[in-house]
Amino acid sequence: MTTDFLLLAFILLGAGAVAVPIATRLGLGSVLGYLIAGIVISPILAALHVDVVAIQHFAEFGVVMMLFLVGLELQPRTLWEMRGRLLGLGGLQVLGTTAIVTAAAIALGQPWTVALAIGLVLSLSSTAIVLQTLNEKGLMRSDGGQASFSVLLFQDIAVIPMLALIPLLAMPELAQEAASHVADTEEHDAGLSLVAGLPGWQAALVTIAAIASVVAGGIYLTRPVFRYIAMANLRELFVATALLFIVGIALLMSLVGLSPALGTFIAGVVLANSEYRHELESDINPFRGLLLGLFFMTVGAGINFVLLSENPFSIIGMTLGLMVIKATVLMALAWIFRLRGADKWLFSLGLAQAGEFGFVLLSFTVANFVMPEAVADRLSLIVALSMLLTPLLFILFERVILPRFDGKNAREADEIDSKGQIIVAGIGRFGGVVNRMLLAAGYETTVLDYSASQLETLRAFDVRVFYGDATRADLLEAAGIAEARMLVIAIDQREATTELVRHVTSTYPHVYVIARAMDRHHVYELWAAGCRDIIRDTFDSSVRAGRSAYEALGIHPYEAERLARIYVDDDRHLLREMADLYDPEVPTHLNEPYVKRARELSAERMEAMAKGGGAFRDRAHSAWLRPSEQDRAATEERQD
Amino acid sequence: MAALLHYYAHPGQRFSQVNSAMWRAAQTVEAITSVDLYRDYPRHIIDVGHEQRLIADHDAVLLQFPLFWYSSPSLLKEWIDLVFADGFAYGEGGDKLRGKRMMLAVTASASQQAYSPEGYQHYPLRTFLTPFEQTARLSMMRFGAPYVMFEALKAAPGAHAAGFARLLTAIRDDHFDWDRAEQAEILTHDTLPLTEKA
Repeated sequence: MTTDFLLLAFILLGAGAVAVPIATRLGLGSVLGYLIAGIVISPILAALHVDVVAIQHFAEFGVVMMLFLVGLELQPRTLWEMRGRLLGLGGLQVLGTTAIVTAAAIALGQPWTVALAIGLVLSLSSTAIVLQTLNEKGLMRSDGGQASFSVLLFQDIAVIPMLALIPLLAMPELAQEAASHVADTEEHDAGLSLVAGLPGWQAALVTIAAIASVVAGGIYLTRPVFRYIAMANLRELFVATALLFIVGIALLMSLVGLSPALGTFIAGVVLANSEYRHELESDINPFRGLLLGLFFMTVGAGINFVLLSENPFSIIGMTLGLMVIKATVLMALAWIFRLRGADKWLFSLGLAQAGEFGFVLLSFTVANFVMPEAVADRLSLIVALSMLLTPLLFILFERVILPRFDGKNAREADEIDSKGQIIVAGIGRFGGVVNRMLLAAGYETTVLDYSASQLETLRAFDVRVFYGDATRADLLEAAGIAEARMLVIAIDQREATTELVRHVTSTYPHVYVIARAMDRHHVYELWAAGCRDIIRDTFDSSVRAGRSAYEALGIHPYEAERLARIYVDDDRHLLREMADLYDPEVPTHLNEPYVKRARELSAERMEAMAKGGGAFRDRAHSAWLRPSEQDRAATEERQD
Repeated sequence: MAALLHYYAHPGQRFSQVNSAMWRAAQTVEAITSVDLYRDYPRHIIDVGHEQRLIADHDAVLLQFPLFWYSSPSLLKEWIDLVFADGFAYGEGGDKLRGKRMMLAVTASASQQAYSPEGYQHYPLRTFLTPFEQTARLSMMRFGAPYVMFEALKAAPGAHAAGFARLLTAIRDDHFDWDRAEQAEILTHDTLPLTEKA
């Protein structure tokens, strides 16, 4: 048993690890890699008598998690701002495609209920493939990318009413036929329902109550719970709680007969403004990635090549026909909504496939006796094939269509990029001032801090802070470092700051990094790690204290100011010079050039001191007036 | 009694002979307001509201500074740029300085002969001070001739500083003849236009 499980896990993980990097390198995207991996291992799985469909049902939880993450990305306000395109583009795309595909299916001889189900299933596109590819190719912020996102989002939401609508299309004869041998499995399902056997209105009440409890729980319950968990400062505990949270919602939704994806999507939107958003995102994301990968592999493994080889022309013909229909509808919408040039093509070709929700809906239609299994199998094949073809369309777009439009897209994208956000890591006394200054000047910041109690205090003063350890690459990713314009590192830990600088300057060279240094050696470390804007946390206040001392000693305030400025300049110069000699690999006292130069500078300073200030004093003395003879005499007297 | 506001602008006071002596002399004159601009604003960030209220509360403004490259030290220029604002010194509602007096007390390192068409400074000193004069005029202030010391790096400051104290006292006590001051080209410690009573 254990060996079986380990073997299966080994095969699945191994196939992914081999196929995905190859596919990514070939520019085909990770999804296609998983699909191909699944196709390759399908004979092995068959030989081992693995129940691929059972694994697929398990892996479908990745879709639930993905919708949670989609919800997290979607603040209610953003949703509202997108409403025009979301409803217009998205709504017309789903309606138009459903209508034409349904008509085509009727023309091919399907009853209208089955045809409508086919239309609904095939109207959806693949969020996973399209978003992943747009992000990979940097097209997300172009007009075509934004329009695609609106449509995908509408589709993700449209799944929910579809899940409600599809059971109404059930064919009585299918149900009766199935009833005999499905009865026992149904009992299993029915055993876990809150609404079974209730009159309609009571069931509706229970359903509404369940949704309301998700919303209310998201608003009022999550904060104290997550805060309590965060106090323990154990990362795995937080991950476990986040999983518990999602599984719990999915369970509740299943119990009242709603889509778990709907529940987690709502929970995601509710938590989009929460300070735990980025932490949740980075905690759930690996699970989503793994499960979706597994899901795509099972899709690949489930491609019925026997069926394909039986009637290749009709299946491939229908696949191409479907993609032509979808692309045509999208092209018409692009024209109506005034998408221009390359954006129009990106939008039309990018969304021309059927999507992963198609699989979910197909198994759902079969389970609800809407569609004969034979039809669903063929459709599964069509969906999978259309997904396989999508990367080729993207390559077509990139190599053939984009060059014709003279790179206009790329330039427009840059302009939008320039309003990237600012991430402030750590909101103690140091980061707090930086953040307040940025906000005062009208900039938007994303603040990360892992002290739960600090968070609570700041929230009380309406400071928007997210819970999470900024030194974790995945959390930083969730906070949007890839699109960020600037990162201010104001955390207390010296080593962690250096590591963070190294990670960000090498992985995201476009991000401007300002780092807080603890002392002189930390400055060198940060410099070596690639940071070019380093602020010593106590230096400026020390200089001000020195200036106050000058003033109190009777030096004219303006003179004191100049002396302080010269001191700062000298010190920075020195620091800059030593930073080049500093080598993080070699302990300072073994670094010969460093030690040599430090000795020289120290000797210079001693000599200057002996002469009463040396260069420092000379620079301070070169003022607006040429000193008179008396001045010179007086100065010399003072020095002697 | 006239309310006199005395501004002193010198960034390198350590090296100043004449201006320091003038400043010390001014400290002995009671009941006038003396401001060391570089002491109050060492970081060049001027409190405009405070400065405008200060001028509004006084009848005469005297600006003391060494001539640097034919103009004032930079902080005094900054002070004028910000304090003599639209709506205060000029423009709509900008009559807050109407009828007040302005006067300069400058030191120059060159000789008086140098400030002439034949000298190496090529122009008379007053030519270089016309920006201040016109600033006063546009602000509807009366502009007295400047109190000047030439060759300030060479000569002993005693007489000029003592004359400066007399000048300040005379303005404070209304013993200063503004009409004659407006007619004069420059004023020195021995040509102060004082009225009989002084």
